[in-house]
Amino acid sequence: MSRRESTVERRKPSDFLGPIVVFGLVIGAWYALSLAILPEAKRFLLPTPHRVVRDGFLVWSAGEQRGLKPILISLWDSVKIALIGLSLTVVLGMVLATVMATRRWVEKATWPYLVALQSAPILAMTPLIRALIDTVQVQRVLVVMLISFFPIVSNTLFGLLSVDRAQHDLFALQGASPLLRLRKLQFPAALPNIFVGLRISAGLSVIGAIVGDFYFRQGGVVGIGAQIDIYRQRLWGPELIASIVLASLFGLSVFTSFGLLRTAVIGKWHVITRE
Amino acid sequence: MQFDDIGMTFPDGTTALESVSFDVAPGEFVTLVGPSGCGKSTLLRIASGLENPTRGKCSIDRDSIGFVFQDSTLLPWRTVQRNVELFAELHGEDRAECERRATEVIDLVGLGEFTDKYPRQLSGGMKMRASLARSLVMKPRVFLFDEPFGALDEMTRERLNDELLAIFSRERFAGVFVTHSIAEAVYMSTKVLVMSARPGRIVESIDVHFAYPRSHELRYEPSFAALCGEVSAALRVVS
Ligand SMILES: Nc1ncnc2c1ncn2[C@@H]1O[C@H](COP(=O)(O)OP(=O)(O)OP(=O)(O)O)[C@@H](O)[C@H]1O
Ligand SMILES: [Mg+2]
Repeated sequence: MSRRESTVERRKPSDFLGPIVVFGLVIGAWYALSLAILPEAKRFLLPTPHRVVRDGFLVWSAGEQRGLKPILISLWDSVKIALIGLSLTVVLGMVLATVMATRRWVEKATWPYLVALQSAPILAMTPLIRALIDTVQVQRVLVVMLISFFPIVSNTLFGLLSVDRAQHDLFALQGASPLLRLRKLQFPAALPNIFVGLRISAGLSVIGAIVGDFYFRQGGVVGIGAQIDIYRQRLWGPELIASIVLASLFGLSVFTSFGLLRTAVIGKWHVITRE
Repeated sequence: MQFDDIGMTFPDGTTALESVSFDVAPGEFVTLVGPSGCGKSTLLRIASGLENPTRGKCSIDRDSIGFVFQDSTLLPWRTVQRNVELFAELHGEDRAECERRATEVIDLVGLGEFTDKYPRQLSGGMKMRASLARSLVMKPRVFLFDEPFGALDEMTRERLNDELLAIFSRERFAGVFVTHSIAEAVYMSTKVLVMSARPGRIVESIDVHFAYPRSHELRYEPSFAALCGEVSAALRVVS
């Protein structure tokens, strides 16, 4: 029993080996593409890895948007937007899911529109968003929310509704009020699903922030999405790739943090089984 | 606890029960046996108020009811201690009182060493013990059991039978116990009720006279075997 109880998994060499091998293959393919496949005249489209490191990461600031500093400044700008949007999404999404779980007609009335919202292209909504909201920051937060809203709602709702009937009976026998039942039964039972939703929504909030930057910007500091667009137009390969890598790392760290949070909150009792 | 002419027809037209009547007094422990699907669980759900009968009346003190299901239905996010505290907590008792009551019954079912374990870390028998302890916290005057030990191996089941009887001897609640095991039915109860196949009716009532406390040697007495034979014969007729 004590072996099964250990929550910390023993790390095996293969846990590290896999990612390292893939990393090596990707770098190798990148060099091959850049040096062997692309003709010399078009190499600026995909500069070699060492050039990206040298010009994108190792130069701090070289005026006129070059170097690591402007990339980090715009990344931080997007991080703030993503986190604000995600927080609002999580709060609103969980409240909506709770209302949907307790009031059947709300679920029926809103579900089709949530599904539609999920597949609606942001591109088509930009004119409307511009017409309704005149602050760029608010426009960007809204895009984050639109993109990341659905998973947290659907997963929370599913979790709240899929509580075992026998456990509901247990609470009914004690005469527990609906609110008490929600707090002590449905909500804890839904936590594993809520964390699934959180993780997906968190990943989407990063995408939402980058997409939002792209469509909604103003002078001064711009988000990483807009910055990437600028580098693209100027054909600054190393800066372009460096900012893409950093944006991905941000997405990865958000994803990982929510995984760690999950383990901290429910890891003791909810074990993911893997066959 | 009184069942008076209980009938139950589900909305889909299934008639599960037809005119079931019997009484259980405090200090009585009645077992229900019958073919699968004859409405035993339905009868307990009606007794507990989870379901309303379509006919007849069930008089029972609903404020003081304990119900042990076939599955332990422990909440996986709570430790044994917190699971056992649940009912007291739902009735608005303060923390100290919840803890005090839980500790008392956890000792009673012999789970003292496992208070901090989560349900997934317990064996089947330990889960049922925890489930039993959880119901005991509210000191019910009426106790309903729906095949509580059905999923356990024989050794564990017999041990839990003895522990439950010890608790019964002390608390003297009115008990209704559903089981598929004839030996368990005779060993536990003051009366065995045999039900017919669906729609369920009570076709035979067999009194069990052995005095409490019963010890497990009783299982090997000829008079015990004779009673088991009687129940078995009655079951053979109905199924
Ligand atoms: N909610 C329901 N709707 C319709 N039919 C039901 C419902 N619940 C139970 N039944 C039917 O009522 C009958 C009695 O069911 P019940 O669960 O009470 O049987 P049981 O005697 O407990 O069986 P077992 O010994 O297998 O546990 C069954 O035929 C079952 O299919
Ligand atoms: Mg049953």
